Amino acid sequence: MRNVWIIFRKEMRTYFVSPIAYFLLAMFALVSAFFFGIYLRGFIEYGMETQMTGQTAPMNLNEQVIRPLLSNASVLGLFFIPMITMRLFAEEKRNGTIELLTTSPIRDVEIVLGKWLAALGLYVCMLLFPALNFVFLFKYGNPDWKPVVIGFLGLLLQVGGLLAIGMFISTLTKNQIIAAALTFSLFVALWVISAVSEFNTASWAQAVSYTSIVTHLEPFERGMIDSKDAVFYLSMIFLGLFLSLRSMESLRWGS
Amino acid sequence: MHMIQVHELTKNYARATAVDHISFEVEKGQIVGFLGPNGAGKTTTMRMLTCFLPPTAGTATVAGFDVLEKPMEVKKRIGYLPETPPLYLEMHAEEYLSFVGKLKGLSGAELAKRIDYVCGRCAIADVRKKLLGKLSKGYRQRVGLAQAIIHNPDVLILDEPTAGLDPKQINETRDFIKSLAGDHTIILSTHILSEVEQTCQQVLIINKGKLVATDSVQNLQNRVRGTESLLVEVAGRNGALDSTAVQHRLGQVGGVSRVLLRESRDNRGIFEIESQKGFLRGDLARAVVESGWDLNELRPTAVSLEEIFLQLTGAEATSAATASRGDRA
Repeated sequence: MRNVWIIFRKEMRTYFVSPIAYFLLAMFALVSAFFFGIYLRGFIEYGMETQMTGQTAPMNLNEQVIRPLLSNASVLGLFFIPMITMRLFAEEKRNGTIELLTTSPIRDVEIVLGKWLAALGLYVCMLLFPALNFVFLFKYGNPDWKPVVIGFLGLLLQVGGLLAIGMFISTLTKNQIIAAALTFSLFVALWVISAVSEFNTASWAQAVSYTSIVTHLEPFERGMIDSKDAVFYLSMIFLGLFLSLRSMESLRWGS
Repeated sequence: MHMIQVHELTKNYARATAVDHISFEVEKGQIVGFLGPNGAGKTTTMRMLTCFLPPTAGTATVAGFDVLEKPMEVKKRIGYLPETPPLYLEMHAEEYLSFVGKLKGLSGAELAKRIDYVCGRCAIADVRKKLLGKLSKGYRQRVGLAQAIIHNPDVLILDEPTAGLDPKQINETRDFIKSLAGDHTIILSTHILSEVEQTCQQVLIINKGKLVATDSVQNLQNRVRGTESLLVEVAGRNGALDSTAVQHRLGQVGGVSRVLLRESRDNRGIFEIESQKGFLRGDLARAVVESGWDLNELRPTAVSLEEIFLQLTGAEATSAATASRGDRA
């Protein structure tokens, strides 16, 4: 555990001394604030409309603001995560520092875990800004907190999986740009793949669309923990970490 | 006890054999030079010793621990400086050493003590708070050495520690490495012969993945010094020069074993002379002048690594050396 912590601290430090962390934080904060504004305004206008027409339509902050925001954050992640993971191994390979890590008395799995946790740590920092927006909802409204917590949990699970996959891709190349481009392409493919089942109800189409990384988040956004979807993300995390580990080993056998 | 024991160590890559059945031993406290041209397999061998690459066949033990069976124990006892120092350019020198120290298992007061020690030892105290990315090549190399010795390892493996440094820095680095011997067992690789002469007690010569000679530096020097190579430029006094005549005449000088015509232009010819012993320059000069030619130049040529290969390894290495010489031309 000590070694995981050493790697985690080093990676976190690297993120925060380079402009990349601040760029990601700022962009994520900006974009989520933008959508927060849009949904909140929609919510308020809807409220005024129902008042003026005298109807009593149900108003629900969770459904009308928080859920679309979480869903947005998840899609935004597809764009931001490649930028978090691209450097994890590609940079070490380019600089030759991978040789320092692998010739130190520390196990490969500790390196992989430390790096993955650091990437997750950076993402948690990024999430703080949308979470800050939610504070206002709790101050001036009374949304149900449980779906919010569960939504964030689902988001973390999803992002954990994406980060693990992105990290694996970063082990494959010395070039950060290639790592980012490959990761992004894969994410987009896994995002749009859910569309397959929209036009085709055959069982193979259902199976293919099951691999989509976005649809599994929907129950979480509604405040439900579906073990099927949790297992999906957990196995994605496991797969990414496992592949990274194997790739590190093959780095030695092959190079 | 042998600090490092290598037996029939082999590394095959998909298309080539990088290291081919190498065996050697290194005594505790010795400095051993790994000498060979680029691509000879030096780095691969070192990487196998540091557990970075697993060997295809054969065994290697460091401080009694096998690199395949007990890599953690081996890694604890090895300090490694790869060809390019593995630096995180966005870290401060001190921060970097602290990170490496922790990786190697140090912590707390002991770590602080070791950082102070290596900073003093490697003369980097004045750049402790500087970003590694802003340091010059020489300083980066020293930080690289500092990280290699931070955990006071039994064995130091240094891959071309003086590559890319200026002459002053090269001397400093060599002196530094020499001062580490005794406490540490050191393997360093180089393609510079004089480096081995100055720093090492023992030399392993490696070419095309094979160990072609292992010897003490003393013996190597004697073997190399036993022969001398001279370059002679001779000009004809009137008109053209009969180069075969010159070659013949020079060959008659006592002690000369071989005369090669290097270059022939108008009335001048440049000859390379290999002699078995001592100073023949006087004899050669007299022979040229007395035969009625002009002696334009007479100088010893540096003994190149290829020539040592020629002398040490005979036929097989001969073809290899000529081939590599041909590549260069």
